[in-house]
Amino acid sequence: MNSPRTFALVGNPNTGKTTLFNALTGLRQKVANYPGVTVEKKTGTGRNRHGEAFAVIDLPGAYSLEPKSPDEEVTRAVLHGERPDTPRPDAVICLVDAGNLERHLYLATQVMELDLPVIVVVNKTDTAEERGVTVATKKLAERLGVPVVPMQANERVGMEALQVALSAEPVKANWKPVEGDTAARYKAIGKLIEGAVARDGEERLTPSDRWDGVLVHPVFGWLVLLGILGGLFFTLFSLAGYPMDLIDGTFGWLSSQVEARMADGDLRALITEGIIGGVGGVVIFLPQILILFFFIGLMENTGYLARVSFMMDRLMAGVGLNGKAFVPLLSSYACAIPGIMATRTMESARDRLITTLVAPITSCSARLPVYVMLIALMLPVGTAGQKALVMLGLYVLSIVGVYAFAYVFNRTLDRKEQTLFVLELPAYQRPSWREIGLQMYDRGKIFLRRAGTVILGLSIVLWALTTYPKTDSEDGSEQLAHSAAGRMGKAIEPVIEPLGYDWKMGIGLVASFAAREVFVSTMSIIYTGEEQDEEKTIRTSMAAEKRADGQPAYNVRTCLSLLVFYVFAMQCLSTVAVTRRETNSWKWAILQVVYLTGFAYVAALATYQIGGFFLS
Amino acid sequence: MDEPRDICQLADGEEALLGDMNLPEATGDRLREMGLLPGATVKLIRRAPLGCPIEFELGGSRLALRRADAAQIFAQQS
Repeated sequence: MNSPRTFALVGNPNTGKTTLFNALTGLRQKVANYPGVTVEKKTGTGRNRHGEAFAVIDLPGAYSLEPKSPDEEVTRAVLHGERPDTPRPDAVICLVDAGNLERHLYLATQVMELDLPVIVVVNKTDTAEERGVTVATKKLAERLGVPVVPMQANERVGMEALQVALSAEPVKANWKPVEGDTAARYKAIGKLIEGAVARDGEERLTPSDRWDGVLVHPVFGWLVLLGILGGLFFTLFSLAGYPMDLIDGTFGWLSSQVEARMADGDLRALITEGIIGGVGGVVIFLPQILILFFFIGLMENTGYLARVSFMMDRLMAGVGLNGKAFVPLLSSYACAIPGIMATRTMESARDRLITTLVAPITSCSARLPVYVMLIALMLPVGTAGQKALVMLGLYVLSIVGVYAFAYVFNRTLDRKEQTLFVLELPAYQRPSWREIGLQMYDRGKIFLRRAGTVILGLSIVLWALTTYPKTDSEDGSEQLAHSAAGRMGKAIEPVIEPLGYDWKMGIGLVASFAAREVFVSTMSIIYTGEEQDEEKTIRTSMAAEKRADGQPAYNVRTCLSLLVFYVFAMQCLSTVAVTRRETNSWKWAILQVVYLTGFAYVAALATYQIGGFFLS
Repeated sequence: MDEPRDICQLADGEEALLGDMNLPEATGDRLREMGLLPGATVKLIRRAPLGCPIEFELGGSRLALRRADAAQIFAQQS
């Protein structure tokens, strides 16, 4: 049997390509990266009316086959059959927007000149009609000699006709290659669509215009945005707690089941602490990731995300970012992992990289338990207001950090691509829950599979570091001190002493490189000899901890220094794994760890040393 | 003769025929490919709440451009 026919899906960004791809393939799709570039490769399979399988490859959105970005270069190369990892497609589905046929046919006619059979899909006929534009697809089909299918892909209107076209032998378009420049192509397109596009020319307020009247209104626009973001964060920090507790409980139960059935020993500890604990530590993020992608998917799907970028661009432009970086960075305040994954909504690879590099500075939710603990130690008799003020200060510091480092990277990274900012503002549409669900499923799967494997490996390593070599002591605290991690804590003591830390804090820092919240549980092992659920007990022992000179170990200077360190330091294996995946290179992941941790060291050092002038 | 007006200077809802643009080659190419050609009609829809970027209608699509870029795109003199 012949291998199935491959159709490439080609179109401008925001034409509904992903929607059509999902409609054709359903869950039979694969998302990967093109080797060597950070461009997403989506492939899937569908069935035609004869029950024969066909393959679909969703090529990155492009405005032209003369590429201006890595995404467009991939589209061009695949269509020319120049990428060794991707065979040249057998035929192309050109997706064009009925509301602006001229511009969309610019790319489509370039594709027709490639000597590949094509099917033209005229999408969004409904929003075009709202604006008084109708397209005579039959006329176009006669002139081009290929199927021209009118569709509303988000409502699945026109799927039947497209299936008919996909089931027939594909044909090449009757189109004479255009000689000359851009203007010549537009002229040729004008001739092609002459009499096939009718505009009633009436001035009218479309539903989309009415929505815009409120959603980007100078006053109401901000109120709506604040309301939506408030809802997002409320959901993230409160509602996500329930499934997270459930996951936590499930993994705890799993551990206890293993403990009940296996004899005590290294293997049991590896399974319960290393593997189950490690996997649990990853899966616990899943509810937040899914909630974030629900909100982002909803905003993107309805067209609201583009309006958020429109409103926020001015605030991001000063440091060389653009409005499209706002939502990914904001998401990072919950967790940098979905934040970095959300940079995929940005077209420019350079902007994506800068956003990814600064995303871990945002004060993610994993820092909260550490902040709470340290602030309580720092201000043992402080009022809630004073504590809140310190917390607010940490958030402000992180915002300043994000802006400052974005500025630095914008100045230092070379600029390979054009920096033009063009933001399309598509007409609003009703959200497709199916599509939002598919995106959540997709992102969740990528996170679990790709980040999960790396994190699992690294958490086993970290477990081993805190477990070996072993002592005969039953006391957890002595065992930890004796372990490799404990030795590392002691070994780095001279390095961290100028920051105001002792070797016990050093162990906490070493362990925190897996995940920040580990600091709290590690501290509890160090100071109480076992893991305590009673936070008060840990805090009392930590507050009672004295230095050699009799001063409390956790004085204000040290706590401030630790807090500043936690604001900046890159202490999250999951984020390292995601950065590695999203940038497709260890280089950026390592740079991120080095620059953030290096800066954290310097900033904490400065805090401690300068603090010495004011505090004892 | 008056200086040519750039498209930032249009009033909300005002239409104009495009004239020349004074942008680097790559940037200009992209905008031309998107249909910002001499003779095309653009309409200023609105400015973002903070004044920049600016939303235009062009051939049935809505595009936002930054003020700095749009200030290099000129309207034909009537």
